[in-house]
Amino acid sequence: MAGMADKARRRILAILVASSALVPCVAAAQDSVTVAGYGGAMRKGFDAALVNPAAQKLSLKIRSETHSDLPSIRVQVQSGAPAWDLVHLGGDECARGESEGLFEPLDLSKIDDASVPAAARGKSWVATNYYSVVLAWRTDKVKQPPKSWADFWDAKAFPGRRAIAGLAQETLEIALLADGVPKDKLYPLDVERALAAIKRLKPQIGVFWTTGAQSTQLIKDGEVDLIAIYGSRVSPVIEDGSAVQFTYDQGILGYGCIAIPKGAKNAAKAKELALAMVSPEIQANIIEKMDNYGPVNAKAYEVRKFTSEQLAKTNSSPQNAGKQVLIDAAWWAKNGDKAEEAFKSAILQ
Amino acid sequence: MTGMIAAASSGTADASYFARAERREAWSFALLALPGLVVIGLLLIVPVGWLFVLSFIGKDGGVSLENYARLAQPVYVITFVTTFQIAGIVTLGSILLGYPVAYLLSQLSPRAAAICMIFVILPFWTSVLVRTYAWLVLLQRRGLINSWLVSLGIINEPIPLVNNFIGTTIGMLHVLLPFMILPLYSSMKTIDGDYLKAASSCGASPMRAFWDVFFPLSRPGLFAGTVLVFILSLGFYLTPALLGGGRVSMWSMQIATNVSTYSNWGAASALGVLLLVVTIAILAALNKVFRVDKLYGGR
Repeated sequence: MAGMADKARRRILAILVASSALVPCVAAAQDSVTVAGYGGAMRKGFDAALVNPAAQKLSLKIRSETHSDLPSIRVQVQSGAPAWDLVHLGGDECARGESEGLFEPLDLSKIDDASVPAAARGKSWVATNYYSVVLAWRTDKVKQPPKSWADFWDAKAFPGRRAIAGLAQETLEIALLADGVPKDKLYPLDVERALAAIKRLKPQIGVFWTTGAQSTQLIKDGEVDLIAIYGSRVSPVIEDGSAVQFTYDQGILGYGCIAIPKGAKNAAKAKELALAMVSPEIQANIIEKMDNYGPVNAKAYEVRKFTSEQLAKTNSSPQNAGKQVLIDAAWWAKNGDKAEEAFKSAILQ
Repeated sequence: MTGMIAAASSGTADASYFARAERREAWSFALLALPGLVVIGLLLIVPVGWLFVLSFIGKDGGVSLENYARLAQPVYVITFVTTFQIAGIVTLGSILLGYPVAYLLSQLSPRAAAICMIFVILPFWTSVLVRTYAWLVLLQRRGLINSWLVSLGIINEPIPLVNNFIGTTIGMLHVLLPFMILPLYSSMKTIDGDYLKAASSCGASPMRAFWDVFFPLSRPGLFAGTVLVFILSLGFYLTPALLGGGRVSMWSMQIATNVSTYSNWGAASALGVLLLVVTIAILAALNKVFRVDKLYGGR
C-alpha cells in the first residue's frame, strides 16, 4: 500500500514538473488579449466578425469578458491595474472616456476620412460598427406603412400603441425629427423641444423600453403596434415570421467603438488588435455576419463582392446610410447626463 | 457591573462563586455571538457607514450637501411619492387577500393545512424573475387574461394591465403575499378555539365573535405582516423595472440609475441613506403605536 501511494505521489510530482515547464512555452508562443464587451447575440456577431478574425491574423489568444459600461472601466483604470485590454463601448462613452483620460492613445494615422469618418474616431478610440434605431410596426395592425417619425407621432393617421426607449440617446433625436427639425440641423439638440414633443405623444406610448430584449418582446407579442427599436433587434422577429416590418427611413445611425483602458497589461498587443479590427478586410465581415449592423470603414465595401441582399441588410451601405442620421457622440459625451436626467423626469411626469 | 459590586460587597463565598459563574457565562455568550457580530459589522455596518460618508461628499471631493439638495428635483419627489403609494397599496392589498387565506388555513385540519400551505410557500421556491415574466405573459395586451376577456365578450378592446402602475402592483402583491400570510397564520394558530366558543355561548353572533375575539388576538401577526410587506415594498427593484414599462419609477430604480447611468455614487448614497432613515423612522413609529418589538420576542 505504502509503495503504491509513493509511486502515485512520484507520478503526480512528475506531471507537475512537466506542466510547470510547459506553461511559459505556451505563453511565449501566443500573447493573449482580454476583450470586454456587451453580452448577448450582439457579442456573438461582434466576436465572429471582428475579434476572432483579427486575433487569428495576429495569432493572438482572446479571453472574452463582459463589462458593465463605462463606470466599470473607470473603476478598473482608477485601480491602476485594469483586467481588460480592449473594451467595446457605445460611441458617447468612448468620447467621454477620452475626455476623462481613461484610455491609451491609439495611432490612427493610417486611417483617413475616406475610410472612417472623423466623427467616428478620437485620439484614443475608434468606432467598429454602426447600429441603427429604426421605426418598426405590426403589419396586422398598421395597414399603411409609416415613413417617418412624423408619421410615428401622428396618432390619427396611424392609430395604435407605441413604444420608445426609456433612454434619452437616440430618442431625443427621433422626437426632434418628428417635430420637423431637418436632419442636418439636429445638433446641438434642443432638449426642451424634444421633451415637449415626447410629452405630446405620451398618451399613445404604452411602454418606455429599457433593454434590447424587452423591445424585441414588445413588438413580437404585439404588446405595441409601433416601436422605435434597434435594427438588429427587430430583424430576427421578422425572420421568425411575425407580422412586423421596419424602415431605415430617418433611422438613427449610432456606433460602437473600441478603446484600450489606460495601464492595460497587454496594451501593445491590444492596439494591434484594435487596428486590425478596423481594417477593411476584417470590417467586411460585418456585412456578411452581422445583420442590420454595418462597417464603419467605408473601404470594406471594396474588399469583396457582396450580394444585394447582404447590402440591403447592412445599415451603413450606400443605399441605407443616406436615409439615416449619424449620431453626434461628442454631443452626448458632453451633455448626456443632463439630457438623460431631464428625459427621465419628463417621462415620469 | 452592578453584579460585581454586589458580589464584592456581600462578601460570602457563595455569592462570589455565582457572580463569577455568571460572568463566565456572559463572556462565553459574547464569544459565541462574536462571529455573527463580525459578519454584521463587516458586511452591513461598514458598507452602510461608507455610503453615509459618500453621500456627504460632492463632485469636487469636498464635504457638501449637494447630493441631498438634488433630491428636491421633481424626478425624485415623484419617485418618492410613487414608492410610498405602491408600498401602501401593496400592503393594503396583501392584508385584504392574505387575511382570509391565513384564516382559512388556521381553521383547517393540520393535514389539509399542510397541503394548502405548500401553495402559499411554493412561490418562495420560484425565482422572482421567473414569476415576474410569468405575469408579463398573463397580463400583456395579447396575453391570456386579455384574450379571454375579449373572446368572452366582456371587453371589446384589451385593457392595459401591464407596463403601468396596475401591473407593478399585481406583480409585487404576488411576490409579497406570503410575507403577510405566514406571520398571520402563525399568530392565528395560537388562538384558542375555546375563546370563540365562549363568545358564542355568551350569545355573540359569529360575526361579533370574530371581530371582538378573534381579530384582536390575530393583531400581532397582522402588524408583523404589515411591517414586513411595507418595508420590503419600499426597496423593490426587479418587479417594477420589468412590469412598470418605464413609467413607474421606484426609489431603488433611481439608486440604480445614479450608479449605472450617471456613475454618481454620492447621489446614489444620498438616496440610499434617505430610504434607510425613512424606513427606520417608520419602523420606530409603528413600534411606538403597535409595540412591534413584542412580535420579535422583546418584552
